[in-house]
Amino acid sequence: MTSSSRSTFVFGHRHLLGIEGLSAHDISGLLELSEEFVTLNRQIEKKTSVLRGRTQINLFFEASTRTQSSFEIAGKRLGADVMNMSVASSSMRKGETLIDTAITLNAMHPDILIVRHHATGAVELLARKVDCSVVNAGDGQHEHPTQALLDALTIKRNKGRIEGLVVAICGDVMHSRVARSNILLLTTMGARVRVIAPSTLLPPGIERMGVEVARDMREGLDGADIVMMLRLQRERMNGSFVPSSQEYFQYFGLDQKKLGYAKPDALVMHPGPMNRGVEIDSLVADGAQSLIREQVEMGVAVRMAVLEALARNLPNA
Amino acid sequence: MLTDRRPILLANARVIDPSRNLDEHADVLIADGFVRDARRGIGAAGVPEGTEIINCNGKIVAPGLVDFKVFCGEPGASHRETFAMASAAAAAGGITTIVCQPNTSPAIDNSATVDFVLRRARDTAVVNIVPMAALTKGLRGEEMTEIGLLKAAGAVAFTDAHHSLMNAQLMRRALTYATDFDALIVHHTEDPDLVGEGVMNEGEFASRLGLTGVPTAAEAIVLERDMRLVELAGGRYHAAALSCAASLEILQRAKDKGLPVTASASINHLSLNENDVGPYRTFLKVSPPLRTEDDRLALVQALASGLIDVVMSDHDPQDVETKRLPFAEADAGAIGLETMLPAALRLFHRDEVKLMNLIRAMSTRPAELLHLPGGSLRPGAPADVIVIDPDVPWVVDPAELKSPCKNTPFDEAKFSGRCVRTIVGGRTVFALG
Repeated sequence: MTSSSRSTFVFGHRHLLGIEGLSAHDISGLLELSEEFVTLNRQIEKKTSVLRGRTQINLFFEASTRTQSSFEIAGKRLGADVMNMSVASSSMRKGETLIDTAITLNAMHPDILIVRHHATGAVELLARKVDCSVVNAGDGQHEHPTQALLDALTIKRNKGRIEGLVVAICGDVMHSRVARSNILLLTTMGARVRVIAPSTLLPPGIERMGVEVARDMREGLDGADIVMMLRLQRERMNGSFVPSSQEYFQYFGLDQKKLGYAKPDALVMHPGPMNRGVEIDSLVADGAQSLIREQVEMGVAVRMAVLEALARNLPNA
Repeated sequence: MLTDRRPILLANARVIDPSRNLDEHADVLIADGFVRDARRGIGAAGVPEGTEIINCNGKIVAPGLVDFKVFCGEPGASHRETFAMASAAAAAGGITTIVCQPNTSPAIDNSATVDFVLRRARDTAVVNIVPMAALTKGLRGEEMTEIGLLKAAGAVAFTDAHHSLMNAQLMRRALTYATDFDALIVHHTEDPDLVGEGVMNEGEFASRLGLTGVPTAAEAIVLERDMRLVELAGGRYHAAALSCAASLEILQRAKDKGLPVTASASINHLSLNENDVGPYRTFLKVSPPLRTEDDRLALVQALASGLIDVVMSDHDPQDVETKRLPFAEADAGAIGLETMLPAALRLFHRDEVKLMNLIRAMSTRPAELLHLPGGSLRPGAPADVIVIDPDVPWVVDPAELKSPCKNTPFDEAKFSGRCVRTIVGGRTVFALG
């Protein structure tokens, strides 16, 4: 990567708390920057010095494998000092409040905080109490902006565009921050978004978020370019929201037959971790139309782009 | 094709078919298990060779009754009544389809049990038997059942039988979930805490007898809650057994709003009142309890106006060890397959409800609500057909009733009219005399 090819994109935000509030220009800029990191990540020498001297803290109040490791690798490849704070050994366990934790960490002068929290709005609350940049790595049922960006990058690289595509988001829309961020991003970029779920897993008023709603896979997948499956939490499939995983798979699990309702060249995505045999059949998850592994690769690139975009706005940058 | 199924001509009949609002003098031709034709003047000349010709002499020919709420002993309580016994009683009462309840042992809460019921009924019963499935697993009121898979297996509706679902959140989600499958939820509306130790209608009569009462509010509160949940969630809802005027007001308001709600009343509540309990007669202990005469009259009027959609028998065979007990300790429940139609005919003889409306409520409406093919004499409908003599006098002798359990509230009742012939799938399964 030579400096002459570097994107000159300026991200006009101090934090990345959600897709809400981002313009199409912001999103395109981040995706273009991400493309450069895809190239970099495929080279032997993956390290740059954009974040040299910077401190990045990954503050995960909720368990995560791929998102946390992806942010860690992203930070390290950009040359930052990355620290992972695990909740199990933190003071939060000893009863410290979220805000006290924020004030404590702030005193250590980090440059970027990556935060995941089980409560909706917690990341925003924390961002108000610190001087550094904050990236939302998932807050409750609200937003997961880097997931939506990596999904968009994956779609764009495979379909050449986002505008005009029919994207079906299937499954537990009600409880999914991935669905919310994706709906916001994809509609901003001009895609036609459909959500497909049993009525119990559709948030009331979802139609007003600019999506089409289907309660049946055949109807919802008709003409879809992208089929995006969502994870169904185990505790929601025992009779509270859906009667059982068997029934869920029968009517909403993506198998070859249901995938056949979508366009012949439709591509399948899943944010992971997957429940094979619940929301997705293994033949589809591992099949030729699946982009699931590529999504993970794009995750690192997108997070590097986000970190760099935010770092460009940091003091003394 | 079954060879013993000769075509049948029911000639010279008064044909009442609520599915077409038809009440006229006509003939009905049945062949190959279906109604072929129902019109004036088919006559002996217009029928296939070998047709059995039955002169009805002006008696009523109607679609067979569809009994919306029947407890069968299978699986788990075949000592009380098997499908075979229940179906024989049903045939004698003009019922061609029994809708059995899921509070069996094990409960009908999974597709394998639905499959068992359908196969067992097919192999042993002389009338059609279709199951309602449980709304919650094990009827425990905690987790909803596999409504999609159960419906695909053949469950016609979803209910927790005599259990009221007190978790409003679960009821809301079940109603919401059911909309995706166009499934009908049938709910027994009785707040178990308000019922408490109550064993009959609350009021003067219970107090004189020294029995704890059940207030009508126990029913009205749950029904009112359910109407609000239906408004919130959508979903087809059916009140399983309404007993009092207070509930009818709530139902009327909900229907006026256009909500997808319907309701049943049992023939017991349309025929009897709390005074019939008399000297602690346990055969008149039912759930919900028999109410006042004013409530009964309100129910009859609601049936006549169509506010009450369905009349069902609430057939529940109880044997000696559950009924021959002090009133408060006896189980609730009464048999009713053989007496529903005769008791309903009383309402007709008293000019309270038209015959057309009675047959609609016992046949056409339940078939429509459960999406069953019966309840009609339209050409092409299944040949589930009955012949009713509305005037033949008879007295109920429990010893002659087909049910092995004899807990009838109509013990020694004098009736005018009964079913004299029952045809299921084109085959005569009952003929009087």
